[in-house]
Amino acid sequence: MPFELFVALRFLREGRAQTALILAGTTVGVAVILFLSALISGLQATLIDQTLSSQAHVMLKRPEREVRLLQPPGPEAVVARVEKAPERERSIEQWQQVLAAVRQRDGVVAATPTAAGSAFASRGELVKSVALRGIEPESFDQVVKLSTKLTAGAFRVEGSEALLGVVLAHDLGVSVGDKVRLTTPQGRADVFTVAGLFDVGNRDVNQRWVLVSLRQAQTLLDLAGGITTVEVKASDVFGAEALAQELGALTGLTADSWMKLNQQLLSGLQAQSSSSIMIQTFVIIAVALGIASVLGVSVIQKSRAIGILKATGTTTSAVMRIFLIEGAIVGLVGSVLGAGIGAALATFFQRAVKNPYGDSLFPVALTPRLFLTASAVALVTGLLSAWWPARHAARLDPATVIRNG
Amino acid sequence: MAEPVLQLEGVVKDYGAAVRTRVLHGLDLTVRAGEFTALIGPSGSGKSTLLNLIGLLDRPTAGRVVLAGQDTGALDDDGLTGCRGRTVGFVFQFHHLLPEFSAIENVMIPMMAARGRSAPDMPECAGHLLGQVGLGGFLHRKVTLLSGGQQQRVAIARALAMAPRMVLADEPTGNLDTHSADEIFTLLRQFNVKAGTTFLVVTHDPRLAARCDRIVELVDGRIVSDRPNRREGP
Repeated sequence: MPFELFVALRFLREGRAQTALILAGTTVGVAVILFLSALISGLQATLIDQTLSSQAHVMLKRPEREVRLLQPPGPEAVVARVEKAPERERSIEQWQQVLAAVRQRDGVVAATPTAAGSAFASRGELVKSVALRGIEPESFDQVVKLSTKLTAGAFRVEGSEALLGVVLAHDLGVSVGDKVRLTTPQGRADVFTVAGLFDVGNRDVNQRWVLVSLRQAQTLLDLAGGITTVEVKASDVFGAEALAQELGALTGLTADSWMKLNQQLLSGLQAQSSSSIMIQTFVIIAVALGIASVLGVSVIQKSRAIGILKATGTTTSAVMRIFLIEGAIVGLVGSVLGAGIGAALATFFQRAVKNPYGDSLFPVALTPRLFLTASAVALVTGLLSAWWPARHAARLDPATVIRNG
Repeated sequence: MAEPVLQLEGVVKDYGAAVRTRVLHGLDLTVRAGEFTALIGPSGSGKSTLLNLIGLLDRPTAGRVVLAGQDTGALDDDGLTGCRGRTVGFVFQFHHLLPEFSAIENVMIPMMAARGRSAPDMPECAGHLLGQVGLGGFLHRKVTLLSGGQQQRVAIARALAMAPRMVLADEPTGNLDTHSADEIFTLLRQFNVKAGTTFLVVTHDPRLAARCDRIVELVDGRIVSDRPNRREGP
């Protein structure tokens, strides 16, 4: 065993009360950091997951037509009211090529064409305004994983089959196998059979969405083989905005990322992350001060021992290493204990506190990366906070401490 | 004539920055291999200061300290520590053992410090030394559980752990009763005779000084007498 480790371990073992004190401090610190991180990232992951359960990461649409002034601007003052022309759903030109180009782009996991527009769903006297979406089921499911959100029926939109949100189905009083009539502002209408019901955890979507085959939607929305949107799933959820800009430049289409469409949520998440980082920073500072002060006291108490070690051939750098190793051991053991306690606490909260539906109110994300980060933080904190006491110990003059006892 | 283990040439030591106090005034001293020298003098005469300089725990203000042929003036702190570890063993008045460790571990500390790690031969070597000082039955006992005399024996074993050229003993019997003091002194003498280790012993006790080969007397930081001694006994 290396000499410095041998001495450091013995100093820690013999100074039981002090060792227990700094270990407790480090353990609590790591547990708090781990618990908070797991909780915040769990909450954020759940929020993002819920937000993106019915939404693509990037949406590509045809840009809106600019309104041009008929009279060119001149020297005289003109009072003009620019009125936007009512615009019908228009197809993305040469969308097959656009889709192929998007799919080949780095950072794109999947892309799907959709034909979307508004419509009325009616059953008997009951009429509801709905968002009609024509999809290619296979590629759509790769972008928005809807097949796992079905509460009844099958994920199928063949022929005149349609998928409805559970709230809309409830409002219309239909279930799987029932008929629903869809009418569009373009004056086209058809009758569809309900093939399945979905619940994405978002009331608006559950109340408004009707999914039919791409071909049927094209007919109803008068798009004649066209599509309105290319929906994209990105490999990096938080890189969606950058990908959107890249795809916008590539295709000349208007590209919106989920981040842009959910700015309020995003700023909320960022505020949450900032406050979490702030709390963790203060915890780290408190733990560092705790380790430094207890090790500092330990150095003063061990002045004589350090003098003796130096008198018997221990070098200044070896003395320094002894106290740095003490800090590192405290950091390591504290991180293991803290990780265990933090994980237990997080799991307990996750299991114990649930909403009336049985879902956890404190979803936690205990990842190996989180454990590694917490351990690294504890180790570095232990080493850094042991630095000052170690340097002080190394500088002690053996003649003085031996003379003064 | 035996080779010199220690040579002091014009060694001066001053303390204080604002008000300088000269503790040692240009000392010249040569100690040869195998000698058993007593360093005597009244309190405040500079004995411990001189011992610290010889043991490389401190540096002189002026002059040269040559230990085992090496001029120590050019060495940095780690160089001094290395030279000290290889060349000098210390026995202090208050034993200065490490209370966290057992008897055998205290003896192994200088060996481990020199090699940077523990090695399988170290317990055997340390155990042998403790056996020689009569503590063969107390190898793994915490030093805090040993008597004063036993603790000083551990300190002697530790001083001899690196087979040093010279052992510096500062009042090694000053804290012991007469019987224990006699035993400890006899032990030091035995190592001197059997292993040829050089000893420089600071003592106030004229009885013990009389049992040394040579007596150097220090008064007010100056060597006032340096004479061979006809020993009364071992």
